[in-house]
Amino acid sequence: MSAQQTPSPAPVLDVRGLSVGYGGGRGGTTQVTHEISFSVAPGEILALVGESGSGKTTTAQAAINLLPQGGQVLAGSIALDGEDVTDASASRWRSLRGRRVGLVPQDPGGSLDPTKRIGDSIAEAFRIHRAAPRRILADRVVELLERVGLDDPVRRAKQYPHELSGGMKQRVLIAGAIALGPGLLIADEPTSALDVTVQRRIMELLDDLRRESGTGILLVTHDLALAGEAADRVLVLQGGRVQEEGTSEVVLGNPTAEYTRRLLADAPTLATPVHRVARTEADRAPDEAPVLAVSDLTVEFGGGFLTRTPVFRAVDGVSFAIPRGTTHALVGESGSGKTTTARAVAAFQGAASGSVTLLGQDVLALRGPARRALRRQVQLVYQNPFGSLDPRQTILESVLEPLTNFGLEASPGARREHAVAALERVSLPAALHRRRPRELSGGQRQRVAIARAIVLHPELLILDEATSALDVTVQAEILRLLDDLQRERGMTYLVISHDLAVVRQIADTVTVLRRGRTVEQGTTAEIFASPQQDYTRDLIASIPGGVHP
Amino acid sequence: MTLELQRTALLPADGAAPQAPAPRRRRRRGPRVTVLLAVAVLVLVVAWAVLPQLFTSHDPLAGVPADALQGPSAAHWFGTDPTGRDLFSRVVHGARYSLTGGVVAVAVGLVAGTAIGVIAGSIGTIVDEILMRVVDVLLSIPGLLLSLSVIILLGFGTTNAAIAVGVTSVAAFARLSRSEVVRVRRSDYVEAAFGSGGRWGSVLLRHVLPNSLTPVLALAALQFGTAILAISTLGFLGYGAPPPTPEWGLLISEGRSHLATSWWLTTLPGVVVVLVVLSANRLSGAISQARTARS
Repeated sequence: MSAQQTPSPAPVLDVRGLSVGYGGGRGGTTQVTHEISFSVAPGEILALVGESGSGKTTTAQAAINLLPQGGQVLAGSIALDGEDVTDASASRWRSLRGRRVGLVPQDPGGSLDPTKRIGDSIAEAFRIHRAAPRRILADRVVELLERVGLDDPVRRAKQYPHELSGGMKQRVLIAGAIALGPGLLIADEPTSALDVTVQRRIMELLDDLRRESGTGILLVTHDLALAGEAADRVLVLQGGRVQEEGTSEVVLGNPTAEYTRRLLADAPTLATPVHRVARTEADRAPDEAPVLAVSDLTVEFGGGFLTRTPVFRAVDGVSFAIPRGTTHALVGESGSGKTTTARAVAAFQGAASGSVTLLGQDVLALRGPARRALRRQVQLVYQNPFGSLDPRQTILESVLEPLTNFGLEASPGARREHAVAALERVSLPAALHRRRPRELSGGQRQRVAIARAIVLHPELLILDEATSALDVTVQAEILRLLDDLQRERGMTYLVISHDLAVVRQIADTVTVLRRGRTVEQGTTAEIFASPQQDYTRDLIASIPGGVHP
Repeated sequence: MTLELQRTALLPADGAAPQAPAPRRRRRRGPRVTVLLAVAVLVLVVAWAVLPQLFTSHDPLAGVPADALQGPSAAHWFGTDPTGRDLFSRVVHGARYSLTGGVVAVAVGLVAGTAIGVIAGSIGTIVDEILMRVVDVLLSIPGLLLSLSVIILLGFGTTNAAIAVGVTSVAAFARLSRSEVVRVRRSDYVEAAFGSGGRWGSVLLRHVLPNSLTPVLALAALQFGTAILAISTLGFLGYGAPPPTPEWGLLISEGRSHLATSWWLTTLPGVVVVLVVLSANRLSGAISQARTARS
């Protein structure tokens, strides 16, 4: 599979006029992709870009014949290395997968068998295809682990998935995918579950692979900036149709399709101009105390009396203050302690030492009714609105609940009106109020979560990765809504995010955390213009699209 | 991941504002019929228990000695026993004892088990540890042995037999409800409920219990079948209702001595027990299926 450096190499994947549909039962067939054509040459990275529902994943699944139940190819053809595999049998596909085409899944956490050692997981590919004699199997596995850049591969091969970080697991999965030297790799959102710095390293690895082994890569992603940086060519999909195709320079630099332009505008990068007027210390009355002041906060886990687990310091001496009506962002990679800090502020998490002062009250010292009363002033919006809304409640019930809990408003009727008003404020029309969370889209659910948080008119709103599970256009809408609400009500925001491009758009001040410690702190403009610490610089440099116009 | 992909693939193309995405239902196949059949069997047996005289005109207790040990016929559908009593009538009247027995047994297990499970799951810490270790001990004792010990403490009788059977299922209910409560308690929406000012009790009642009870109810339906079987076992062993109560286990036990000559005395009540148990199991399966389809 390596030396395919002919002048015009035959494509490793050639898809012509592919239409895929679901169903076929009672409801008839729903066509989800419409005549999509593209090809991937050896050593080329082609990115399929689009929002959820655009058909990008479906197309990739069809290309490896792993469509979920009910999915079927309605028209078109798929060829791997020149062999037409559109109607290949299940057993033919079994021998193709792994040998000719490898798959790098989205969620490295859930894609490795937790009861198997890393080495055994990778060796499985050889065993299934009887591709290597048993005695050299272990050596091949170690070679592969070394190839994907894992340190100490001999030891790693003996470890279990839970002993590895997310980035390492993704490397292991890539090792498994390239084990038999397939000409094509299909990478479905390979980095969307990973931190930006890890994302960059994984993308570098994929880039090495295609250069050194001439592997063609089909990269499925929602991240236009990432696609632009990593891919040679980009295919923009919307509603199952190709909106635009071309080299990444052209598509991102000079998009012709209206949809691509909108995607680009909604996806903030470091180059996106900031429209928001920063609200800083200077704007507020000088004598006013900050809404929230966190000082020398330390949170520890473990160290149980009976369990004797070692003490883990998740947050270590973090301090910051947020003046009224401004937005402060906590940024950092996973494990940096940003969510733990936010939970301590919301009194969901005790602290080992330090203080959290909200509106003059010490949050950490409050217990029982006093703590409950405080919750009126601080509300949290979670990353996953599907998880933070009770599946059994209608959304109106969900929004009504805080009002009932605090006995606000005189009568049940007045409460209902108030709740309806809150839902309408976040642009959820009355027709939706009787729906349950599963009957709403991701963006609508997050609006419900916001309505539920603002219905109490809290002083402080904590947004824990509140937009990171959403498509870019939906994210842009939610960010606009949050900005409007802040201006209307003078609310104070504490934003938790790993997405520095978003933070740059919405935050006034930033604290950069790493392993529970403050790395750097300052106004957003300062931090992004002249980061003082290597870690901050590394974070900023890792944002895809940073160099693009 | 596959499910998620499937879902996204089916969402309307315009991800920003999907118009009324109806909850997607899986195609239902064959099982529907068996569920209906199971419900029919259970409804019939409940009707037997409530209004036995509608289904049979024979007296379950008074026999006609001349008609003793007759095989199944148009006059006596299930035949007659050694004292000439109509077996079908005895089975129909016996439904009351077996069903109440089953209900009592399940109620004991459900209430006590769920209470233990919910307390352990929602309080956690040392309380959880202690309660669950007690449950482990309960689980380690064979069910029949445990029932026999309880019945020896309480004395013989239908209700006591039912309670004894119920005690054996406490551990299973406690385990399941605890695991469900722990799962739900860790969910974001429970934390969000506390965050919006919910009190411990109200969050437990409004969010934790409703979201954790479905599998417990499925277990209850399953236990109902098992309990009828277990009560019949106790009846057969002679620890349940005294003769001439037409309790199903006792019927089979009494027929045992005529096994070689009068097969219907053991077989037909046995078939009824098996049908009811299978129906309860099928219904339990349907409940948990409906649950997975919903989530």
